[in-house]
This record gives sequence, C-alpha cells and structure tokens, in this order.
Amino acid sequence: MTTVEKPAYTVIGTRPVRPDGVEKVTGKAQYGADIRLTGMLFGRVLRSPHAHARILSIDTSAAEAFPGVLAVVTHRDLPSAEDKMEELGESNINVREASDNVLASDKVLYRGHAIAAVCAASPHVAEEALARIKVEYDVLPPVMDVRDAMREDAPLLSETRHTRSMGGKTSEKPSNIAAYNQFKGGDIDAAFAEADAIVEREFTTAMVHQGYIEPQTSTASWNADGTITIWTSTQGSFAVRGLVAEILRQPVSKIRVIPMEIGGGFGGKLPIYLDPVAALLSKKSGRPVKISMSRTDVFEATGPTSGTYIKVKMAAKGDQITAVQATLAYEAGAYPGSSVGAGAMCMLAPYRVENFELNTYDVVVNRPKTAAYRAPGAPAAAFAGESVVDELARELKIDPLQLRRANASREGTRQVTGVPFPRIGAEEVVDAAIDSPHYRSPIEGPNRGRGVASGYWFNGGMQSSVVASVNGDGTVNLIEGSIDIGGTRASLAMQLAETLGVSYESIRPTVVDTDSVGHNDVTGGSRTTFATGMAVFEAGMDIRRQMITRAAKLWSCTEDDVVYEEGGLRCLKDSTKEMTFAEMAKQSARTGGPIVGKASLVARGAGGAFATHIVDVEVDPDTGKVEILRYTAVQDVGTAIHPAYVEGQIQGGVVQGIGWALNEEYFYDESGRMVNSSFLDYRMPTSLDVPNIDTVVIEVPNPGHPYGVRGVGEVPIVPPLAAIANAIHDATGHRFTSLPMSPRKVLEALDGIE
Amino acid sequence: MSRTQVQTRLNGVAIDFLCEPRQSLLEVLRDELGLTGSKEGCNNGNCGACSVLVNGRIVNSCCVLGVEAEGAEVETIEGVAKGDQLHPLQQAFLNEAALQCGICTPGFIMASKALLAQEPNPDEQRVRHWLAGNLCRCTGYDKIVKAVLVAAAAQAPEMQEVK
Repeated sequence: MTTVEKPAYTVIGTRPVRPDGVEKVTGKAQYGADIRLTGMLFGRVLRSPHAHARILSIDTSAAEAFPGVLAVVTHRDLPSAEDKMEELGESNINVREASDNVLASDKVLYRGHAIAAVCAASPHVAEEALARIKVEYDVLPPVMDVRDAMREDAPLLSETRHTRSMGGKTSEKPSNIAAYNQFKGGDIDAAFAEADAIVEREFTTAMVHQGYIEPQTSTASWNADGTITIWTSTQGSFAVRGLVAEILRQPVSKIRVIPMEIGGGFGGKLPIYLDPVAALLSKKSGRPVKISMSRTDVFEATGPTSGTYIKVKMAAKGDQITAVQATLAYEAGAYPGSSVGAGAMCMLAPYRVENFELNTYDVVVNRPKTAAYRAPGAPAAAFAGESVVDELARELKIDPLQLRRANASREGTRQVTGVPFPRIGAEEVVDAAIDSPHYRSPIEGPNRGRGVASGYWFNGGMQSSVVASVNGDGTVNLIEGSIDIGGTRASLAMQLAETLGVSYESIRPTVVDTDSVGHNDVTGGSRTTFATGMAVFEAGMDIRRQMITRAAKLWSCTEDDVVYEEGGLRCLKDSTKEMTFAEMAKQSARTGGPIVGKASLVARGAGGAFATHIVDVEVDPDTGKVEILRYTAVQDVGTAIHPAYVEGQIQGGVVQGIGWALNEEYFYDESGRMVNSSFLDYRMPTSLDVPNIDTVVIEVPNPGHPYGVRGVGEVPIVPPLAAIANAIHDATGHRFTSLPMSPRKVLEALDGIE
Repeated sequence: MSRTQVQTRLNGVAIDFLCEPRQSLLEVLRDELGLTGSKEGCNNGNCGACSVLVNGRIVNSCCVLGVEAEGAEVETIEGVAKGDQLHPLQQAFLNEAALQCGICTPGFIMASKALLAQEPNPDEQRVRHWLAGNLCRCTGYDKIVKAVLVAAAAQAPEMQEVK
C-alpha cells in the first residue's frame, strides 16, 4: 500500500538476487573466523569465575613456560587509556572503561570478565595453558538486579562513581546509579485530577541476548613496521579502528581493519572485545593471532540488553490519553551506558501526549556491559507503555486500535524531547492494522486471545562515504565501507542503478577495508540503506554531472543543453546527438580519464518508523505454554527498496520479539554465575516455535531522503512484547507484567500462585 | 598430542588427513582441510551451523570426532553445487531471500538437502519440524521454509528422472 503517489521506479521495488548471495549459499563467503594466515596462532582468553572481585595478583609464569605457548598478555600490556567518551554509533563509550572491559585491571565486575590471554599454535594448547594462570581474588558480594543496585546499602561496583544528573550535577555519595535524567512537559497533576480513567502498573523485563549465530572473533597482525592489520566481524570497521587506536594509543592511520562477512550483530557487534587483545598477543609473539569466543563467552561477556524495571501511570479523558508519569530503570551492566534514554524517548512516540514526566535511571550491576540490541531501549519501554494503553482501552471500553488511532502522532506532534515530528506514518499503520484481514477476522476458541501494540524507533543518519567507479564497458564498481549484515549491498546497488538509470546487474558493490574508503559510521540505527543510500545517490548524481560536462564538450554545446535521463544523455538542441551510459563510459579515455563519482556526507533527515502488530495466541492451561497462532506486522518503511529484504527484516525482528516475550532470559545463581549460557538452555525460537509472520508494508516516503527511505530493521522488535502480553490477557484474563512469560510463570499465574 | 591418519571420502573425493583424536570433525574441516563453509555457532550441537552429511545422514560436525570420519562418505556445503551449477536449494535460498547475514545458511542447506533426499515433497509443518535443529536469528524462518518448499517443487522432476 502506498499512501502518496510514488515515482515510477524501475529498479527500486524489485526483488533481485543479492550480489553476495552465491558466495553465501556455497560456503565460500569468508566470515570472521574463516581467515587463515601463514604462521597464524590461536588465542584463548581467561575469564573471571566471579561476578564481583578485587584482583589481588595475576601470575602468568607457568602459562608462559607451558610448551607451545608463544605469548601471554594481561592488562599490564595495555597502555593506560584516557578517561573520555568515544562515539559508537548507537551509543557512546568511555575509552578507559572499554579498555578495562577488554582486560580487567584492578577489579572484575562480572563473571566472564576477561583477565588474560594466551596464544599457541593449537587452540587446545592455548586452552590448557589458561589453566596455568594463577589469579588471586578478594571476592566481593555481587549486585545483580537493577532495583537492588539502586539501594543505598547496595555493594558498589565503583567507589568513585557518582550519579550524574541533568545540568552536570553529581551526587554527594557514590552510587550504582550512573545517571538520572528527566523528560517533562505540561502539567501532569492537573491532567491526572481531571482524568476519566487512570491505570498504574509496574513492569520488569529480563536481560536478554542479541543471539547472533556467529560468535565474536578477531585476527590481528602487528607488523614489524608498527602497522596493525585486523580481520574482524563487526558492525563498524571504522569504529573498531578508532577504539583500538584509543585503547592501544596508536595513530589511526597505522591501523587497518578488514571487515569480514558478519554472522549477525543486532547491535551486539558495535563494541569491541577481542581486537586489542589479539593485537597485543601478535605484538608479543611476532605472529598473526586469531581469537574466537565460545558460545558461553558470548553469553557471559558480550552485549546483552538491559533487564529493566518500569513503572507507568497513564490517564485518559474521553478517548484522549492526557497524562503519563513513568520511571524507567535499566541495567547498564558492569559499566554505565544503558539504552534507558532511548527507551523513554520511544515509549510515548506513537501518541500525542501533552502532559508527561519520565524519569530515567542508568544503573550498573554485576553483569556484562550491555550493548545495543535492535531498537535499543524501546522494546522494554513499549512493553510497559503499550500494556497500560491496552488496559486503558478496556477501562474506557474502546477498541484498543481505535484508542491508538484517536491519539496517534502526526506531522508536527511534539516528541518528549520537544522536537516535532516531520511527516510520519503513525496514523497510517494503525489504519492499516484496523483494516487488515487479520484484525477483521474473529478470534474464537477456548484459551485464545488477540493482542495489539504499537512501537517507534528513531532511525539514524551519521557519516557515510562511497566511491562509484565507472568502467569502460558501462559497468560500475561501488566501493563502500558500510558493513552488510542483511542485504545492504543489494539495497545500495539498487539505489545507484536507479540514480544512473542502468541495470541492477551492472553495479558491482564491494565492502572494503578502512584504508580504502572514507570514514563510514557503523551499520546500526537502521542507517545504512538510508544514509549510505543517500551517499550512493549523491555519487550517482556526481557521475551524471561529469557525464553531462563531457557530453557538452563532445557535442560542442553548453551543459544546459545536455540532459541525463533514462540511463543516457541527449542534446536538447540536436536530436541526433544522444548516447547511452555505456557509450559515454566507453569515451572515458578520450574525454578526461576515468569517471569516478563520490560522495561523503553526514546524513540528516532520518525518518522515524512506526509499527503496529496484531497477534493471536493460545495458552495451554496444563503446561502454561503460549503458542503464537497468527501474527501480522504492519510497518511504515518509507520506500521499500528491496521488498523481500524489508519483509525479512520485519519477520526477523518479530521473531526476536517473540523470544524476548516468551522464553529468553539470563538466569543467574546467587553467586552471580549465569546458569543457562548455552543455546540449549537459553532457548531462542526455532522454526517450529513460530508461524509465518504476515507483513503489511506501508510506504509513507521519508521527505528527508531522495527515494523516501526510512530505516526498517529495528522497529519490528518493539511491539511484540506488549502485543503478546495483551493477547495473553485477552486469552486468560491475567495481566502479565514480568518478562519472559515463560510456561512456568504463566502456569503459576493461572493456578493463582504468585 | 600424536595424530591419527584418517581415510575418508569428502565431497566425492577420496582423501586422507591427520588429526588429533580430540579434534572434532568441524575443527578438522575448518582448520586442517581449509573448508570453512561449515560454521561454528555453539560447538555443542545446538545451532546446526556446522551441519554436514556423514553417510547421507545429517549430523552436527562439532559433535563428531574427526577420527570418526574413517571410511565414511562426508558431504559439506562446498560439495553441494556442481561447478557453477547451483543446487535447487541454493537457487531457492537466493531467489526467496532466505538469508540475511548468511552464517546459518550452509547448515540450513545441508539439513534441507538431507530432508529432501528422503522426503521429496514435505509440507510446511514437516519442514519446520525438520529444521528445528538449525537456528537462524535473522529471518524469522519464514523465507527459509518457503525456499525449501520451492526447492522441493523444483527438484521434483529431477527426482523422478533418478527413479
């Protein structure tokens, strides 16, 4: 469905095979761990068995003496890092803390915290040598839960951390609350006093993992000339280069990062863990070193998303949502920097709410440092907010989608930050959900119910840089530095083909290393098809302008008399003078040399994405298992460049949301040890756990992009948590406020055990 | 640790290799033989990214020892296409956009190949059941299941020729 007249595109909107497809279905594509270098060694990392302890001493002598070991490193091999912030795409990171997370110095702050690393010709020898490293600990009590950590008498992760508040104020006493912020508007007290209905609820969500199938891996070679080459699996090769440079105190120009194919990220491959360690081992051993994490390492030591506590009080008068007061407290993990701010900014975005007060707390706990996870912060906030909207609808006896429609944000609606929305599709997605065959069909049968929920994600812009080289035969090499996680080579090549009016097949996109293209920010924030797409468009226009200049010279006319259209040039003054793109390309050598288009930009005008989901569930009263019977996801995507990959992003996001809602959680014992750090016990959704996810793609073009692109990948994970909770409520009459809604919890609730 | 000589047939070619008794078949394939198409996602049999066929049976190669390949017929993702001729499953995965990051794709193709070899016309539920041992975190499975059904339909005439 398109809501406005769409230009007649020839390539955009088609479904070609992706350029990197054949390599990936034949096993030839080189992912992070697939690199093999002459003389390469294997590294292994020693990790803390304790959730919270002071390191008294580290004795590596026996490991160094172990036969076959070439080098051992600890934090003593790291230069002291600067206490400053570094931009990391969807989040910022403190360099000193990043360094401390790479190899712990005085304290370990979570089980799995890296302490030392060993390299040897065989990974098994390296593994055996790890056991020879002696670490003396002073074990401290851990604090694992966000509310426990906020208590005044909680064990402190750092004695020097004080709460930062707005205006740069800091707390007198040290605290695990790293930051407190508030978003405020209107007069909530007056609105609550006049309300027809008020709902107030408390919610908790469990820490969950991104669950990419490829574990983190990095291979580094520290060369004798002081240059460092790193082959790694990352969402941002330039971010890796920048952080490694900061942590190892090397000039950026000496570090070359070669991005391998990436086996999933979802935000979890924005931070770095292994790259500086592999580099240090390489420096000490004089050989290239590869380190790959085990799945347990991935769970215990890499980017989960925050467990949260959220309290929401919401009021309505008539069919209008009039006031919201909320407290959001997010676990940041071992170091500050959760996504609580984004959560607060997204929670109310689908609605026009004049009166609000949102209080946010960023809280450190003895768990791995959290990383971005697909629309970071928003799903937990939407779980709370959209559950309460559902309850309000019931109290007001209004259809839950009609209530959402009556309050939907539109162009000009002020967000909680005060910034008004540009043209958005919030109303359109709710309308399409109301009109969908799914919502118009009845839901019948015992223990069955239907739920709906909406969600929002900002989408990002940031820096992109591309080069497009025209070959003599009319084909084009597109050189880009944006990591392709799920089909962006295709979506970028399609935009260049559209811009030049040439075939998709004539564009060959390649993702190159950090020495070979200008800076590109991470593939995150759903930015690549939007922002790098904008750079691709500009590079295409650059080629068109150069071709016009050259044609004017060839034809001895002015540039104003030459037009570029439908993949060719023609002279307005003389209809016999025309040339195809390929013919012009062939003239390169006679008209001034190679034709190379380029563009570097900071993409402004990212268009936010809205989604509304509908889900039918059946709850088994004997086992507590929730089955997803039917699922429909409606989303405004701006313009679907490659509709199949747009659908795929939506379906993938929904299924991750289903896992978050029903199964996934970090289980810790009292000592702070994760007890389900395998795929068997963590239990992500399989093909048997989910039905087809129906997608309804709405296209409200983003006015901030030449082809109307909005980010697509993140918002689909936002609504499922609440939509499923609302469906279970519809089926059982029980309001679940704690995730996951696992069989045990559901059964206990149905049996009246709390 | 001393190494054992193992003789096997790999993707139709007789080979022998040396490996330590503690090395998994996955490790041998990747680190000793340079066949990195089989992926390590968990190393304990839960994700299926390392799926290969041993004597026609689908196994997680991380849970099989290299020495167990002695005398066996091993097939990996590298042996699925014949020259530049893609297998119908590979073509269907491309056409149906059944991969995003692609790390799980070799495992899914091997598992699906094993299914279609014994059941040329599975229905959707059967495909979902069969593939439940392979994890994909990107696609939500929808397009993978469709690709397998499309490949089954495309393969049907070929299977009849074989008969």
